[in-house]
Amino acid sequence: MHEYSLVLALLEQVEAHAAAHPGAAVRRVELRVGDQAGVVPELLQTAFEVAREHTPAARAELVIERVPARWACPRCARGLEEGEPLVCATCGEPARLVAGDELDLLRLELEVP
Amino acid sequence: MCETCGCGDHELVPVEIHQRLLEQNDRLAQHNREHFVEHGVLAVNVMGSPGSGKTALLEATARALHGARRVLAVSGDLATDHDAQRLRVAGIESRAITTGTACHLDARLVHDALHAMEWWRADVLFVENVGNLVCPAIYDLGQAANVVVLSVTEGEDKPLKYPVMFRRADLVVVSKTDLVAHLPQVDLGRLHDALARTMPRPRVIEVSALTGQGIPEWLAWLEEQRARLPAPAAPHDHPHTHG
Repeated sequence: MHEYSLVLALLEQVEAHAAAHPGAAVRRVELRVGDQAGVVPELLQTAFEVAREHTPAARAELVIERVPARWACPRCARGLEEGEPLVCATCGEPARLVAGDELDLLRLELEVP
Repeated sequence: MCETCGCGDHELVPVEIHQRLLEQNDRLAQHNREHFVEHGVLAVNVMGSPGSGKTALLEATARALHGARRVLAVSGDLATDHDAQRLRVAGIESRAITTGTACHLDARLVHDALHAMEWWRADVLFVENVGNLVCPAIYDLGQAANVVVLSVTEGEDKPLKYPVMFRRADLVVVSKTDLVAHLPQVDLGRLHDALARTMPRPRVIEVSALTGQGIPEWLAWLEEQRARLPAPAAPHDHPHTHG
């Protein structure tokens, strides 16, 4: 389960950003996770609830925005149906994943004294 | 403090970040990649299920090369250095990366393992990842290419079940093809169809490490990747013996 090591990397980033606001508590952590990012959002949540203890995010909620995977032809921009072979039926061009591999820390909400 | 009305409540401040979670790993992977390119080393990340035949493929590679290329390897496993030992017997200078509980290699583990090796003298460096079709897929190690080894007994629909792993593969080696004659239910056509639905540029070589079938095509693929390496860039601004 690599979600736990991802959450540790996340908390490091959160701590670094929160450090710019002395005394601040992190209240909300927002992630964007694509369906093709290779992580399970539910497992990220579970790992976050364990790992946030004793960090500035100890009372923070984790909010995950999910992005569906979308494949398209890089030439004619035709979108592919889910499960289709990954080649454009019109151009013969290999398709490109245009959305769905995001794994990003979007924003924090800090409570500043 | 709330500055709107002075009520004494804490103020909520949004901080926009937009940063990849794996940014630190990706940065270190890029550092590895620069070192490999600088020294003309083809680094190949070999992934696949436990028991899919990753180590056997590398052993067969060493046998077929007869020393024509200098091959090094690092092998990741949760415990034991059995794979590294097997590769050393086969003539591949190799080191084990024992990950403990970690289900994948990351750029730092590879970087640190290479400090104990003369990796820059290699023509090909194999990074044999932890046997797992899930976690290793998302960690860049600095490799030039990803290879997924999938044995004929694992099920033809595996690419559909583990699409992230196969989407990132530059090559799928279908291994243990010598067994197909004994497995009437295995239909490699279905496997090729599944790969076409998970890989935008499906590239497949069917291999038997036992009989040597497909090994010449595999060696030719490796040479093709070596030829594609970018010309060595300006030397890195620090030596590779740094701490």
